[in-house]
Amino acid sequence: MLEISVIGLGLVLMLADLFVPAERRRFIGYAAIAALGVLLVTSLSGNGSCGQFGTAFGGMFVNDALSLFFKQLFIVAAILVLFMAAEFSDKLASGSVAEYYSLILFALAGMLFAASSNDFTMLFVSIELITITFYVLVSFQRSKLASLEAGVKYLILGALSSSFMVFGIALIWGTTGELNFTKLAAVAPQFADSQIFLLGVLLVLVGLGFKIAAFPFQIWAPDVYQGAPTPTTAFLAVGSKAAGFVLLLRVLFTAVPSVTAHWANLLIVISAITILYGNLCALPQRNLKRLLGYSSIAHAGYLLLGVSALSASGQSALMYYLAGYVFTVMAGFFVITLVMRHLASEDISGLAGLNQRSPLLAATLTIAMVSLAGIPPLAGFFGKFLLFKAVIEAAQTTGNHGYYCLAFTALAGVIISLYYYFGVIRAIYWSKDPADLSVIELSSPAKLSIWACLAGIFWIGLFPNTVLNLTNLAAGVFAK
Amino acid sequence: MSILTYIAGWPLLAALALIVVPRNYRVIIRAIAVLATLISAVLAVKMFAQFVPGANGFQFEQQIPWVESLGISYHVGVDGLNVGLILMGAIVAFAAALCSWEIQTREKEFYILLLVMTGGILGAFASLDLFFFYFLHELALVPTFIMIGVWGRGEKKNYATFQITLYLSIGALIALIGLIALYLQSGANTFDIPKIIEHAKTNPLAVNAQNFIFPLLLFGFGILVSLWPFHSWAPLGYGVAPSPTAMLHAGVLKKFGLYGLIRIALPLLPQAAQSWAHFLALLCVGNILYVGWVAMRQKDLNLLIGNSSVAHMGFIFLGIASLNLIGITGAMLIMVAHGFLAALTFALSGYIYKQTGTLQISELGGLCRKLPFIGTALLMAAMAGCGLPGFANFVGEATVFFGAWKMFPAITIIALWGALVIGGIYMTRAIRNVLHGPLPEKWNSLADANLWRKLPYALLLVSLLVFGFWPKLLTEKINHDAEIVVSSYKLQVASFPTPDAKSKADSIGNRQLAIENK
Repeated sequence: MLEISVIGLGLVLMLADLFVPAERRRFIGYAAIAALGVLLVTSLSGNGSCGQFGTAFGGMFVNDALSLFFKQLFIVAAILVLFMAAEFSDKLASGSVAEYYSLILFALAGMLFAASSNDFTMLFVSIELITITFYVLVSFQRSKLASLEAGVKYLILGALSSSFMVFGIALIWGTTGELNFTKLAAVAPQFADSQIFLLGVLLVLVGLGFKIAAFPFQIWAPDVYQGAPTPTTAFLAVGSKAAGFVLLLRVLFTAVPSVTAHWANLLIVISAITILYGNLCALPQRNLKRLLGYSSIAHAGYLLLGVSALSASGQSALMYYLAGYVFTVMAGFFVITLVMRHLASEDISGLAGLNQRSPLLAATLTIAMVSLAGIPPLAGFFGKFLLFKAVIEAAQTTGNHGYYCLAFTALAGVIISLYYYFGVIRAIYWSKDPADLSVIELSSPAKLSIWACLAGIFWIGLFPNTVLNLTNLAAGVFAK
Repeated sequence: MSILTYIAGWPLLAALALIVVPRNYRVIIRAIAVLATLISAVLAVKMFAQFVPGANGFQFEQQIPWVESLGISYHVGVDGLNVGLILMGAIVAFAAALCSWEIQTREKEFYILLLVMTGGILGAFASLDLFFFYFLHELALVPTFIMIGVWGRGEKKNYATFQITLYLSIGALIALIGLIALYLQSGANTFDIPKIIEHAKTNPLAVNAQNFIFPLLLFGFGILVSLWPFHSWAPLGYGVAPSPTAMLHAGVLKKFGLYGLIRIALPLLPQAAQSWAHFLALLCVGNILYVGWVAMRQKDLNLLIGNSSVAHMGFIFLGIASLNLIGITGAMLIMVAHGFLAALTFALSGYIYKQTGTLQISELGGLCRKLPFIGTALLMAAMAGCGLPGFANFVGEATVFFGAWKMFPAITIIALWGALVIGGIYMTRAIRNVLHGPLPEKWNSLADANLWRKLPYALLLVSLLVFGFWPKLLTEKINHDAEIVVSSYKLQVASFPTPDAKSKADSIGNRQLAIENK
């Protein structure tokens, strides 16, 4: 099974650490990347265990089009993060690089489990597997105060949200006696009036809201994004967020669809506030990672547009957006890793003169920012287009005018975001008197992964067919 | 492959090619840009010549499916509504590329952006798919912001960039929401414009849906076209923009919103268009009178031209608001004529700025003696701007007034006054102060354009004159398709003049509807 292979790979890496000489540790990472690549290909070809749809462990574990889509997404993200970690390895404490790789793989395993979880126990275990590995990943630069601070913040708030979630699960189990999503869906309508049951669902959503950094559980995001080592931040922004969304989709649309149908307005409000909060707070930021932290809150809001539409096209749009988001964010953080690994802080001014230091990196970061801002012909535009379409469709089919307000709020968010994304681009090309004009040397794996990210951004933006078919299939899971 | 694909494709291909050209090969970079726009201009002329007037449906069509599940396809084609615009756009783009010699820094990026802008907007005009229509326009719009922000001139550069970005992004996104709502509401499940229109013939959109979507499109597109009171970005932005950008944006890109209204909003949302027409006509007065007055007070030549260009948009909106064949035809004529005119004036003011370093009218004077060619061209442009017969603008404006007279007699009189008197005042005053009078000492060293640099101005002037003396070239092409656009409004227009007749016609209309329902 895919998950077992990934965990096994993580353990092998830790063992390999004992035998491989220190100067060749970088290759442990490349070996892991190669192994993940094999896993990705097998999962894509449909021969592996992922290709066989069905459930296991008494319905706790499910393999369907949705889990397959997200698993591929997670593996791609992990591969890119490992590339990034290999570039970042000289900033980590010596001797602990392999540990870092294997932690990434353990977090990946948690995400893979999350993609397949069909039961609240499974949900909780996978979330904990992800979160606990991230506690370590965030505070990995032990010598750096900011990294430790970020780790502690993430630990405290993460533990708090986990406890909310456990409490919620307990309430759900206490009222309904069911933990399995499918079975719960059958009995949930009977408990539609039970306040305790509804509180339970709400508390689970609180826990998931923390994972995706939706308002009002977004407080941790900027600090942690800023303090954590850059590859961790990237994985947090993409993997952890996507895992939160797949669980959110499962809970809302498989476990308690009868409750969700009444909560459209709640989701609309959360989505709208998250978009506005993220974008407005990003405006004054000067630290690039912090800025991307706020922007990731805003993007959680955009993704929630797809959830709040409560329709198959919304879910499909969400997944499409996530697919584009993976490549875009990875491209952005890759550049940050390469440019800023030797700087004390990640201030935007550190980008000055980047177009002379490395035209490829400058172009990559520009394209990533433009794609995040949602400008054609890049991935972000088509994703946003689909999300807007889903929301307006919901407005027309349900007649709920809240959706129109949501669409206009999202529109305002997009316009606000233009300002700070273009601010980054301006810093790259048009800052006066760049302090440092030394050429940035790129290793060939770094170049390879950057080109892969760029290809992904353009591919998803210009040729939406393949991915759109996958996301439509995946969204079809909820229609059953 | 349709010729349209080549017209839009060559500039985009050239933009890609420029990425790999090293930045110190300035001559080659410039040659590639000029050549690519020349090819697309020649192809556009060829397309225009081969176009068969009065034929049903679209010509030079090409369709490639893109996203089947959503019904999006790459679909291009021309009919009478966009054939003139594509011709105008391609010629203006060529002229803009020729005028780009004034850019001396970061030429490579500038030409790439210019070519993307050209290819994008020509593609948007040719596109018959809602998604690509929007997508390609957005592709052309973003370079505008960057060009103004980087190569813009003057102290207000940052503020102007900020304002134009904000306004146009808001406009484009509002229009996007309107277009998506239209797509969903039509129920045709396709982004193909002809198919949606076909579908709407049998299943017209519900009136309340129309009333929701039409204002979104009207104001979304209206902001893009500097409809009063959302016009303040335009004079400021054009005043600051490098002249090739101002030429392309004021001349070509701005027509996108108007074209969108005529191509999409009028045929699909007839009831809503009718109820909003009066309101739109009132806003036109804002464009024509208010902005005209503002133009009279300008001390900077570029701000004056910018304001006058906003005022001209009022005539086009008036033509659209009149919702009849003559009005729409006139609007289409002005769109083409104003494209040439705006490009010409911004190109000329760009030349003067390059020579003198200022566009403050009070500092200029007597330039006609030093710059006889540029001065004469500016004089002719100004005359075209106040609607002198012989230039294409006169034909368009006169047609619009004939068309609007039936619907809005009072507003037409005001607009006429605005066009003839206000336009005449600020244009002739500017001419007097810039070209005539004593020549200040410091301008003794100015040099007129050489033969090569005269080319873009001559090209634009010739185009203005050709369509001025021979408007049939355009009208015969526009007529047939404009008739289709207004076919759903005929009843209402015929009955408009008196309230009595209107109510009668309404009752006739109702009776007819009742008969149809039976």
